[in-house]
Amino acid sequence: MPTTTEAGEKDPAAAADGRGGPRRRWRSSVLPRHLSLAVLGLLAVTVVMETTGSFANSQLASMAYLGIAAGGLTVLTGLNGQLSLGHGAFMAVGAYTTALFLDGEPPALPLPVVLAAATLVTLLVGAVVGVAAARLHGPYIAGATLALAVAVPGVVLHFERLGGEQGLGVRMPETPVWVLDAAYFVTGSELDPTKYVAYIGWAALVVTYVLLANLMRGRVGRTWRAVRDDEVAAEIAGIHLGRARVLAFVVSTACAGLAGAVMAMAVRITAPSGFSLTLSLTLLSAVVLGGLGSLTGALIGSALLTFLPHLVTGLGTDAGLTDVRAAELAPAVYGLTMILVILVAPAGITGTLRNLWRRRRGVA
Amino acid sequence: MQQLLTTALGGLTLGAVYAAFALALCLIWRSTRIVNFAQAPMAMITTYIALVIIDAGHSYWTGFAAALVSGLLLGAVVERVVVRPVEGKAEINAVILTLGLFILIHAVAGIVFGSRYRSFPAPFGVRGLTVGDTPVALTGFGVFTVLAVMVVMGLLVLLFRYTEVGLMMRAAAFNQEVARVLGVKVGRMLTLGWALAALVGSLSGLLIAGGSLVHPAYMDSVVVYGFVAAVLGGLDSPVGSVIGGMLLGLSLSAVSGYLGSELVPLAALVILMAVLLLRPGGLFSHHAERRV
Amino acid sequence: MQRTRRFRRTTRLAGLLTAAALLAACGAGGRPDDGEGKAAPDAGITEDTIKIGGHFPLTGVAAPGYSEIPSGHKAYYDYVNANGGVNGRKIEYVVKDDAYNPTNTSTVTNELVLKEEIFGMVAGLGTPTHTAVVDFLNAEKVPDLMVSSGSLMWGDDPAKRPWTFGWQPDYMIEGKIIGQWVKENMPDAKVGLFLQDDDFGRDGEAGARKYIDDQIVETVRYTPGNTDVAPQLAKLQAADVDLVLGFNVPSYTALSQLTAMKINFRPKWFHSNVGSDPALVGALLARFSEGKVKGSAGLLDGVLTTEYIPGTDATDSEWLKLWQKVWDAHGAEGELTNYRIYGMSQAYTFVQALQAAGDDPTREGVVKALEKVGSTLEGPGLAPFRYSEDSHLGISGMEVVRLEDGRGEPLTPVLVTDIGDAPIEEDDSAAKDAPPANGIPDVEPAS
Repeated sequence: MPTTTEAGEKDPAAAADGRGGPRRRWRSSVLPRHLSLAVLGLLAVTVVMETTGSFANSQLASMAYLGIAAGGLTVLTGLNGQLSLGHGAFMAVGAYTTALFLDGEPPALPLPVVLAAATLVTLLVGAVVGVAAARLHGPYIAGATLALAVAVPGVVLHFERLGGEQGLGVRMPETPVWVLDAAYFVTGSELDPTKYVAYIGWAALVVTYVLLANLMRGRVGRTWRAVRDDEVAAEIAGIHLGRARVLAFVVSTACAGLAGAVMAMAVRITAPSGFSLTLSLTLLSAVVLGGLGSLTGALIGSALLTFLPHLVTGLGTDAGLTDVRAAELAPAVYGLTMILVILVAPAGITGTLRNLWRRRRGVA
Repeated sequence: MQQLLTTALGGLTLGAVYAAFALALCLIWRSTRIVNFAQAPMAMITTYIALVIIDAGHSYWTGFAAALVSGLLLGAVVERVVVRPVEGKAEINAVILTLGLFILIHAVAGIVFGSRYRSFPAPFGVRGLTVGDTPVALTGFGVFTVLAVMVVMGLLVLLFRYTEVGLMMRAAAFNQEVARVLGVKVGRMLTLGWALAALVGSLSGLLIAGGSLVHPAYMDSVVVYGFVAAVLGGLDSPVGSVIGGMLLGLSLSAVSGYLGSELVPLAALVILMAVLLLRPGGLFSHHAERRV
Repeated sequence: MQRTRRFRRTTRLAGLLTAAALLAACGAGGRPDDGEGKAAPDAGITEDTIKIGGHFPLTGVAAPGYSEIPSGHKAYYDYVNANGGVNGRKIEYVVKDDAYNPTNTSTVTNELVLKEEIFGMVAGLGTPTHTAVVDFLNAEKVPDLMVSSGSLMWGDDPAKRPWTFGWQPDYMIEGKIIGQWVKENMPDAKVGLFLQDDDFGRDGEAGARKYIDDQIVETVRYTPGNTDVAPQLAKLQAADVDLVLGFNVPSYTALSQLTAMKINFRPKWFHSNVGSDPALVGALLARFSEGKVKGSAGLLDGVLTTEYIPGTDATDSEWLKLWQKVWDAHGAEGELTNYRIYGMSQAYTFVQALQAAGDDPTREGVVKALEKVGSTLEGPGLAPFRYSEDSHLGISGMEVVRLEDGRGEPLTPVLVTDIGDAPIEEDDSAAKDAPPANGIPDVEPAS
């Protein structure tokens, strides 16, 4: 099995892909585990959010939407072996849907419904693209999604209703009073709009990751891996290749749509220039850096995307570079690490750490 | 009528540039079965090298030659150092690798050359020519662009058909094991393939820059259009690439002139998907089926 | 086996943590009502400093020219600081790069407001970029002064955006003034519009159409970033346009001139103020001047445009002498350019606003002061500001000039108007303002 890009995870249960008893028991133990991890995660987020300032909160909000999109992408690329350079475009679909639904005073739909609608609309678009993409392979699918990433901003410009180059302002609805009260009850501090959006983003991220983790550990995930590793074998085993690919694509684009919705609220505007080719490429670099196929890796990658530019730019200016040049250092680091990861550590950060850990335990 | 002519002539010169770029992609695809998405920034950086040399007071042609030579070297180095380890491995690794290169070269260009617009000179004048008394929307440089691409295509066809090196390159691309048995130094042939491709890519960078403004992202859309052109031509044939480029240039110019320039990328996407789903082997393939 | 034990441990831990968090939270009690006991001093201001910020494209394709504006601001603030500051306070200007990308603008504005805790946003640049943050700044009650863009949004509805003020003449009055001039001086010209696809192009078009709707035979738009404008110009050419009216940025002035040469299109050109900086456009075009006037702005000779502040070509203006003095003493690398003058002129207005807000300026105080005395401020602008309670729009007029050898030759007196159907009138009053001897304004507190 050429698992060159896998994060090196091995499920003890994956081998026991029988029917009935063992599988059901395994399934039932994995969901509570993911849920308790989710609760822990939310608690940790609350603690971090409450102990840091407003600016850090806004950074956490961007980390949340990058994380959601990266989670979806890592499932597609790492588990199913399809590469999408067009996830920025799908985020645009989600973001514009959100902007349109939140337009109006007060907005026509409550916030959770808007998020769901953005996810759904993107999912539908993703299904159409996915059906076409499922018939393509490696470089062809990369090229096609690349063309998509470049085409979508142009389409946005074509329709006046979408605000042209200037984009659409996103009006965040008033925070409901019960949310304010609940937040004050739990944290003892006032919930400002920035923090509100950050909480929404992280709640969305946790829900997404629980769902993705369950999909990955379940039958669907095994199907995807089988298709990635050996198409012929998968087909012989009765897997419908096209269906598996389209499903992976749809799940992945739904995540991108949700990410776009959170992004629209966090950024407060949705404009074509926000969804450039750079966004799609940096998303890919995030999942490669973290380790393809691993949600933890996607989260680490998105943290790097959020916090690294600040750090590196600072170092650059300290080293005597002009602002203009220092700003280019962050992408230089992404690009370089992407190359190094593929050449030296195809398992990414998480996979490499896990392998090191295993090796040390093996020796001891 | 005049607008039609202007659009067509514009499409022709643009098409020549896409053709050159598609040729570069095609060369690499033939030798290593990799689509080099980093071709655009590689061409961009060699164009900047030319610009630096021209700005230092040397002639346009010195800069031109320097860009082509540095393209040749860059291609060889990239193949030897970065791409060689992933050749023959999972397709996705090579794609990610070239995208990493894409981001890296972009950023480096931004750091070294800055990201402002700079003007790039063009020989043979940037003013439209006149035929008799009627002015036509074709510059001397435009004519040079089309001719240069035709000549390069011709040379490549000659190389592959009639020279020993070309034969060995084809053998190495066709079946590495067999080629090795026949005494072909496969590694060297692959490096040569990448070097030639980067040279042709640099040419496309120089041609699109001539008489216009450049900035580090000026080639980015060309990677999309060049890819579409190459797929139109089947990704395997130099002649197909050039015809694909010309056709694409003409159609995109028409879309831009009559429907709106913002729809150009969408049109490219539609053309690409139509070709991939209906004629996966490209417009000129004789084989009915091919895995895309 | 091992898995289940670990799982049990995690759930137990989670339970404990939840309980602990809930316990800790219960002590918080009920939430106080809004607005209770909020007398804290405004952010960004202390006894001896005041911190302000701005977002500019320091990188990317919009950076040429625009990235010089903040250096003008900084030079003038350094000059003021060296002379004791404003009421003893030194001005600190924090500049952030947004690369002209609204998504970045939102991020850096978060940083400026939430982390740097600036007193106010001064001269944030760009229509699409600033649109992304204008509502946030107003919601946070952060003064948003002298936006570096001519969109109507910065001042036509103070009830909606009470904290935002424009500075330069808006694109609509520029369109109106250009339209009227064309109507009177080139009544037979077939006009083609070359527009940037945003408020800049739209407001300009709306203004121009008030006068020359019947003369406009074709309209084309470009999006920044796409350098191929041949299709657009071919369309204008096909419509037999003989006067192109461009609401575009400088690099697109250069691109449109180049492309027109390529396709043998020789109309007369009228570029709005934004796109006509002779130094910048000239530098981009110099390479193609075919040896005619090597290294100068010769290719722009005869191009029509507008001016609203004295620039580097106004060699006998007292303002230029002041800017040159400031730049020589406190400037960064490079020469004094029109963009730096633009920045210094804005900085001058900001210092006036701060003085008008009194000894202990508050965020609200600055806004109120500008509404009260803004229209009487004397500064480099050729026409007065329109600041009042009903309008936060900036400079009210400009003059039409023709570029000759990189200099603007005035074709009209200063023309002053307002948005909507306000008439265009001659008003030279503000053009005669001269800077005070020490180069620092001295405005009485407004209240």
